[in-house]
Amino acid sequence: MPREDPLLEISDLRTHFFTREGTVRAVDGVSLTVPRGKTVCVVGESGCGKSVTARSVLGLVDEPGRIVSGEIWWRRRGQEPVNLAQLGPRSEEMRRVRGGEISMVFQEPMASLSPMYTIGDQLVEAIRMHLPLTQEQARERATDLLRRAGIPRAEERLDAYSFQLSGGMCQRVMIAIALAADPALLIADEPTTALDVTTQARIIDLLRDLQAETGMSVLFITHDLGVVAEIADEVVVMYLGTVVERGGVDEIFHDPKHPYTNALLGSIPRMGAGAGRRLATIRGNVPHPSDRPAGCPFHPRCDAAIGGVCDVSDPPHIVFGEARSVRCVLHDDVHRSSAAEVRA
Amino acid sequence: MLTYIGRRCLYMVPTLFAISVVAFAIIQLPPGDFLTSWVTRMESEGEKVDPAMLEGLRERYALGDPFYVQYGKWISGILFHGDFGESFEFGRSVTSLVLDRLPWSIGLTVFALIFTWVVAFPIGLYSAVRQYSIGDYLATTIGFLGLAIPNFMLALAMMYIAYRVFGLSTSGISPLTIGIAIVVLGTAGTAGTIRILRANLLDELKKPYVVAARARGVSERALVVKYPVRMALNPFVSTIGWVLPGLVGGEVIVAQVLNLPTTGPLLFSALRTQDMYLAGSIILIISVLTVIGTLLSDILLAWLDPRVRLGYR
Amino acid sequence: MTTVLLDADTTSSVEAGAETGTKNGRRTAKQWRLVWWKFRQHKLAMVGLVLMFGIYLVALFAEFLAPFGTSTFNSEYTYAPPQRIHVDWGEGLYVHGYTSTIDEETFEPTFEVDESQRIEIGLFVKGEEYELFGLIPWDRHLIGPEDPGQPMYLLGADRNGHDLLSRLIHGTRISMTIGLVGVAMALVLGIILGGVSGYFGGRTDTVIQRIVEFFMSIPGIPLWMGLSAALPHEWGPMQRYFAITVILAVIGWTDMARVVRGRFLSLRNEEFVTSARLDGSGRPRVIYRHMLPSFTSHLIASVTLSIPAMILAETSLSFLGLGLQDPVVSWGVLLQDAQNVRVLSTAPWLMLPGVAVIVAVLALNFVGDGLRDAADPYKR
Repeated sequence: MPREDPLLEISDLRTHFFTREGTVRAVDGVSLTVPRGKTVCVVGESGCGKSVTARSVLGLVDEPGRIVSGEIWWRRRGQEPVNLAQLGPRSEEMRRVRGGEISMVFQEPMASLSPMYTIGDQLVEAIRMHLPLTQEQARERATDLLRRAGIPRAEERLDAYSFQLSGGMCQRVMIAIALAADPALLIADEPTTALDVTTQARIIDLLRDLQAETGMSVLFITHDLGVVAEIADEVVVMYLGTVVERGGVDEIFHDPKHPYTNALLGSIPRMGAGAGRRLATIRGNVPHPSDRPAGCPFHPRCDAAIGGVCDVSDPPHIVFGEARSVRCVLHDDVHRSSAAEVRA
Repeated sequence: MLTYIGRRCLYMVPTLFAISVVAFAIIQLPPGDFLTSWVTRMESEGEKVDPAMLEGLRERYALGDPFYVQYGKWISGILFHGDFGESFEFGRSVTSLVLDRLPWSIGLTVFALIFTWVVAFPIGLYSAVRQYSIGDYLATTIGFLGLAIPNFMLALAMMYIAYRVFGLSTSGISPLTIGIAIVVLGTAGTAGTIRILRANLLDELKKPYVVAARARGVSERALVVKYPVRMALNPFVSTIGWVLPGLVGGEVIVAQVLNLPTTGPLLFSALRTQDMYLAGSIILIISVLTVIGTLLSDILLAWLDPRVRLGYR
Repeated sequence: MTTVLLDADTTSSVEAGAETGTKNGRRTAKQWRLVWWKFRQHKLAMVGLVLMFGIYLVALFAEFLAPFGTSTFNSEYTYAPPQRIHVDWGEGLYVHGYTSTIDEETFEPTFEVDESQRIEIGLFVKGEEYELFGLIPWDRHLIGPEDPGQPMYLLGADRNGHDLLSRLIHGTRISMTIGLVGVAMALVLGIILGGVSGYFGGRTDTVIQRIVEFFMSIPGIPLWMGLSAALPHEWGPMQRYFAITVILAVIGWTDMARVVRGRFLSLRNEEFVTSARLDGSGRPRVIYRHMLPSFTSHLIASVTLSIPAMILAETSLSFLGLGLQDPVVSWGVLLQDAQNVRVLSTAPWLMLPGVAVIVAVLALNFVGDGLRDAADPYKR
């Protein structure tokens, strides 16, 4: 049974940064899809290009970065699909998408709110930007949004400034702003990284509840596999600007195909399991994106790397199903046999 | 907010005290006591000095007493009677002399400040938003030149052009002279202000809250005007703090070159003739006014910034 | 700590000099080398650097480069206009002489270039004797009239018939060094007070910050004027020169102190400082061996940026007649002659020292700006 067209479909996206020292290929051929009403988590270590991917969707990549090639198809129900990669970052159409159809929540909630204006000012601005409401109606909606984001005494908070609130409260405000115009997709770029652990859990709960309530899709960027296990429907594992594995959350956690996914899972500390043993780590460091290894980008750190294959040719893209794929030679029969020949 | 203002005013007290001590020290600096040298000069010009009057003066300025007694007498005269002493050169009270000229000085300074802002704001904004454009480079170049050209050179050059090209004489009060003075004074601060505004704006434009606002669909123009400019306005207001002392100093020189009736040339002539009570008082008055100006800018700044207003910083 | 990993292709494209080492297939470079690489990319700064070197060379070899000494004058040639150098391929360089007519009402001479007179000039000619660097007695000048008695005013003459070019060259020395000496003094004051303030923090910091704010809030120029007017008249040129530098330094140290304090405050919590302290290094050692070297480049940048301010201050003071005085020659002293429009319209070339000031200040500002940008090579 063919799935319904996904809400967001990124295919072969390349976003490069042209610095004086050379080109940094931060995102280098990323393909992923976000189905309607689902939560997709993008995981990977810092610097793997997950944030840049998210920002590319809304044309928010800073100079000297640029989308070089690839497509970002945005399919609203009942409307023609739009290729967001083709829209100018300053175009009218992109501005309508931003905040109206796709919203974004960022890593640093405190810094994401201007200290010069009240919470209410910024919330009302976002509402009236996309909905034809009067000042009073917008203010009413703002109060309602704050309440839905779990902020007590919402009415009073409208007149507060960001520096008067805690980080968790600020993130709730950011989520309220993101919901201002009932978007179809919410992109959350590591929204809990800067918060303390208990607050993290509450924000995750809030996002999950809101998603269930509104039926919107969520693209969740994180490096925290615990969070992934909690909220994801589908998981995209990224390494050095490429997607190495995609799959449902159960498939990723119980049947990881890529050695990198495997290693990531192995490095989660588990209570009780193997007490007294050293925690498994992935050896080496993530190479600088301008200095990526030839062949499979993961081969210098991979325990299963095959000399003469992994360090020479790009790994094949093996598709197991609609939303399940891996980019590794180990799952390719042809390559495996040729690799065996090399060894012999 | 009120506590903030109160605290700032309290901070000002030691500064004002230090300024008064420095001003008084300048009065005292020339060797010998000034009365004696004045008497010598008067007598060499063939004028008789009434010994009774001399004694009265000696009493009034507490000459012969230690420094702090003299200072105490001087400062209490200023504080309680508004009496800054007597100018020997002009034979008038320092207060009346300075009051004649002070409005000119203040007016010139205020207009120069306004000129600085009116010119610097749009240029700085443009430079930051269109970074590395031709206009940006042009503004930067003009900024560098503005920093490098001494005030009086610019004044001289403009006078020379006015005289040679337009045949206009520039000396004393005339709209042209005052205009030149304002432009010259204003330009000096403009360069620095443009640089500060540009740097601040560039900083702000990269802040997460700008990206967040862009991500919710705010247009580029509204984005720049509403968020970073509002933020960059603060350092802009605080430029009063550092433009003002330079402006007041520059005014002394420029007014001297253009022969304007401000306190500058008065201070200059007082220093030349060692009319130290006049000189010290002028230094005291313009320094105090500068400090008050800076204080006002700080209060305005605090009022503009909710973080300070609400006592969060 | 002073090395950084660089991407291999960057280094190789710049230059793989002897100071770059290879480690793990990447090259490492010393901090100063990185600063230099970054500085070189700043074109204006490079232009400024060349100009700055040129100006200091002029200051160093002033006696040799100037055709005449500072006090040589010929009152027959007051306000004589600049001459043009002509090249005659057979006989060498020459300029035309003047004929002067005295205005019968004002008694002011007006000059006309007399094409019939030829004054031979040459390179490396014998002229007035002087001592190079105060040590080596010599009498050669880079350029001058073959016959020392003949008038040569390449940039015109002033009110007394001094050669402006010569005085301009000699003035370079005073103008360019007064900034250096003043900044050196300001630097010492700034490092001590700023360092103490930033390292100890707390109440010490508050007190020193108040002092800094005090100095910054008072208008400098009236204060300079007051202080320098109070200098005793009987002081000789050297005492005056020294006093003026002290006055400039007293006002100028605040910027330096602020830079140093800011750096100290941000460095205080860095790991390498903590570890140095935990290693048992004493406070002075932590400050001067560990913290100071890590922001030397920033310090050099702000020093370079404050020299021009001092040059401008000296020029303004001397222009008003409150700074240095003849016979000491600085650009500001020369500009005293250009006080009013009447003089300027007869002898506009008297503004040339001002041009020298502008060029010098611009060059130093460019260098300072480039240094400031390059000071932190790790920052992108």
